[in-house]
Amino acid sequence: MVAIPKESWSGKINEITIGATDNEGGTRDRTVRLGGEASLPFLAFEGKVSRPAIGMEVIDRVGEDYPQIIIDEIGDIIKDPVAWADACVNLYGADFICLKLLSTNPEEANVSAEDAASLVSTVLGQVKAPLVIQGSGDYEKDARVMELCGDAAKGERCLLARAEQDSYKSIAVAATANGHAVVAFSNIDVNIAKQLNIMLTEFGVPLDHIVSDPLMAGIGFGMEYAYSAMERIKLAGLVGDKMLQSPMIADISVAWSAKEAYRADAKLGDERDRGIFWEVASALAALMAGANALIFRHPKSVAIVRKVVDELVG
Amino acid sequence: MPMTALDIFKLLPKKNCGECGVPTCLAFAMMLANKQAELTKCPYVSPEAVQQLESSASPPMRTVNVGDVEIGGETELFRHEKKFFNQTAYTFIIEDDLDDQSVVERARKLDAMKYERIGIISGVDLIAVKATGDAQRFSDVVTLVNDNSGLPLVLMSNDPKVVEAGLKIVSKAKPLIYAASANNCASMANLAQRYACPLVLYADDVDELVSLSEIAKSEGIEDIVLDLNLGAKPLGHALEWLTILRRLSVKKLFRPLGYPVMVNLDNGTDVETQAIRAVIGTLKYASLIIFSDLDAARLYPLTTLRTNIFTDPQALIQVNPGLYDIGKPNRNSPVIVTSNFSLTYFTVASDIEASKVPARLLVVDTEGLSVMTAFAADKFTPEKIAQALKESKVAEKVDHKKLIIPGMIAMLKMKLEELTGWEVIVGVKDSSALPKYLKELASG
Ligand code: B12
Ligand code: SF4
Repeated sequence: MVAIPKESWSGKINEITIGATDNEGGTRDRTVRLGGEASLPFLAFEGKVSRPAIGMEVIDRVGEDYPQIIIDEIGDIIKDPVAWADACVNLYGADFICLKLLSTNPEEANVSAEDAASLVSTVLGQVKAPLVIQGSGDYEKDARVMELCGDAAKGERCLLARAEQDSYKSIAVAATANGHAVVAFSNIDVNIAKQLNIMLTEFGVPLDHIVSDPLMAGIGFGMEYAYSAMERIKLAGLVGDKMLQSPMIADISVAWSAKEAYRADAKLGDERDRGIFWEVASALAALMAGANALIFRHPKSVAIVRKVVDELVG
Repeated sequence: MPMTALDIFKLLPKKNCGECGVPTCLAFAMMLANKQAELTKCPYVSPEAVQQLESSASPPMRTVNVGDVEIGGETELFRHEKKFFNQTAYTFIIEDDLDDQSVVERARKLDAMKYERIGIISGVDLIAVKATGDAQRFSDVVTLVNDNSGLPLVLMSNDPKVVEAGLKIVSKAKPLIYAASANNCASMANLAQRYACPLVLYADDVDELVSLSEIAKSEGIEDIVLDLNLGAKPLGHALEWLTILRRLSVKKLFRPLGYPVMVNLDNGTDVETQAIRAVIGTLKYASLIIFSDLDAARLYPLTTLRTNIFTDPQALIQVNPGLYDIGKPNRNSPVIVTSNFSLTYFTVASDIEASKVPARLLVVDTEGLSVMTAFAADKFTPEKIAQALKESKVAEKVDHKKLIIPGMIAMLKMKLEELTGWEVIVGVKDSSALPKYLKELASG
């Protein structure tokens, strides 16, 4: 008999719940749990595995460079973030929504923080799945946007994105003041991921309120860097580094930033199938590297990856 | 664990006779430890020592050649620990019950299913000819496929006679024999031995696979590929076993399984399922995958993922900085700046080509970083661009002083104009918009 080589991990990934139901002081009709595993992805023979959560992006105002293929698939409701979010949950089966408030960016439409917060309230009122709220990436504006959105979503245990090395304080305050969790964003760098968790906890954000985003890159566009960074973070967490045991979130919608994913080109096959598979392959890479939550763009990718996850988790 | 020179020395005869080509046993031991010598050079080592030394001197996973395609030879579980060496070989099936015309067409089509991306050509690597009937038909189809494609072959049949009919035609090109199982192991091993070709060992159970491996080894067969029927197992199971097999070979140095592992997806599943399993197999430890079929819309992303995962994490793939002509530029052609990360260079160069506007591409030394990354890392500075501009002597080649920079680094414009005296034009953000942009620019 061949002896099966098992690793005995001393560490375990933190388990974090997003969303709060009635009896938890929120209004969600479900929660999602991220992490909690004590093994490398899907290796059930070794230890507890966890089921990754599947989310979808909803953008407050879709920009001009948004892929037409997605617009065609989702239809006119893409202009209405509330209807779009509703479809993601009730039609496409997303576990959670990632609402991206890109139009708050001062260099784009510069929508006010107040308007952003009222959108958050409406979405929360109409759509009952847990919510990730993401700013535009403009540090100063995000500080205000997160403050108001965090207030508007009080009690709902949302995930606020994203805290960075140079801008984590305002978002940390917006989160802790209202019981939300934060996404700690660290640009494909294990040391920064760790550093950021240390800074956040020192600042008062409990570890069980932090989800790491080591930055996903789609296939062909730096995936290998993201893959190895995530794999290293997961391994470090499993061998017991407390500051690298946060569950990881990966935004797979970046797969669509590679134009070759869906540019019409007969030699490369049907561009719709190709685009979807580009996103699916990027998602599977994230899963194999240890991602605990994924954010998708194409509804069909969601359906495909959900099936794969079912097969993997059993 | 590989043995140290001292460990090896302890096992040598200590005669210091010099017949191995170096003066002392210790010197020979050092060469062995560094893999600079073959143990067979010493005529006096005891058989026990040979066995001990061989098992530690040989790599954890054997590298196997199928034709000119190398598979296996892996030493790691995670690419960041060093790198993955030989990319997963993608193998497509041709069944011998197709008519001749279709065989020829399919062979040619598979041969042409390759894509050039960032200077790397990637696609179908092997063709598996699958027997459905008699030896004569198999050998005819092997001939046809061989004549119509340059890809190395896998010969698929459970019947040693059928396989031999194929071997007679192509054994020189070292096809992979698929497969020896408990029923036919002796005769398949015999074929592999006589024709000096690599052999797949197939078993549904790991202990049985180990026995097969021991039998093959005792027959003197070294070039082995393992098939644990993972293509047919539930996905989670397959992933677990791929991991277990890789750990057994590279961490436990378990010799009977120290060979590349393959996954056969030719089991009636649709292309999407095959593509998904292939993604997971490519990321996690399959050295060879057999597909019944796959369309370009899935093979192209799959090969892209494969290239990613098998790149060396220690080396940024870059192109030489300098001035590149795209098309046949004249003295009025635009001068365009980009970084020397190979992905960036090839993307931008192909987008310029697509515009049909000849241009000069000034590739700045950003140490292999993309435009945005280099900018964030302070490696795409106005000073650097100005210097590259000067060194390229492009001023002597054009009659204008206009420089187009990536839209992402618009903020460098003023400083760059100051440093160079050139007019700096901020281009589009994504180079995929360059064709339109350059055409409009050219027509004024
Ligand atoms: C992979 C990656 C890395 C890899 C490096 C890979 C490499 N060889 O460059 C690693 C992990 C090393 C890395 C490191 C860092 N990175 Co990085 N990285 C990425 C990632 C995921 C992909 C980059 C990529 O390959 N892009 C593809 C290439 C083709 O893009 P490109 O070169 O920009 O070219 C496009 C355009 O610029 C344009 N274009 C190019 N040339 C031209 C020319 C003309 C004339 C025109 C018109 C257009 C044009 O067309 C191209 C596309 O078609 C991006 C995020 C993302 N999705 O983009 C972040 C990103 C670029 N990184 C970023 C950062 C901050 C960093 C770090 C500074 C992080 C840190 N704190 O350490 C470090 C710095 C590196 C260092 N110190 O060594 C930021 C940059 C933020 C900013 N706005 O400045 C990004 C955007 C991530 C983010 N959202 O925060 N990174
Ligand atoms: S041939 Fe063998 S015994 Fe002679 S010196 Fe070399 S290693 Fe020693």
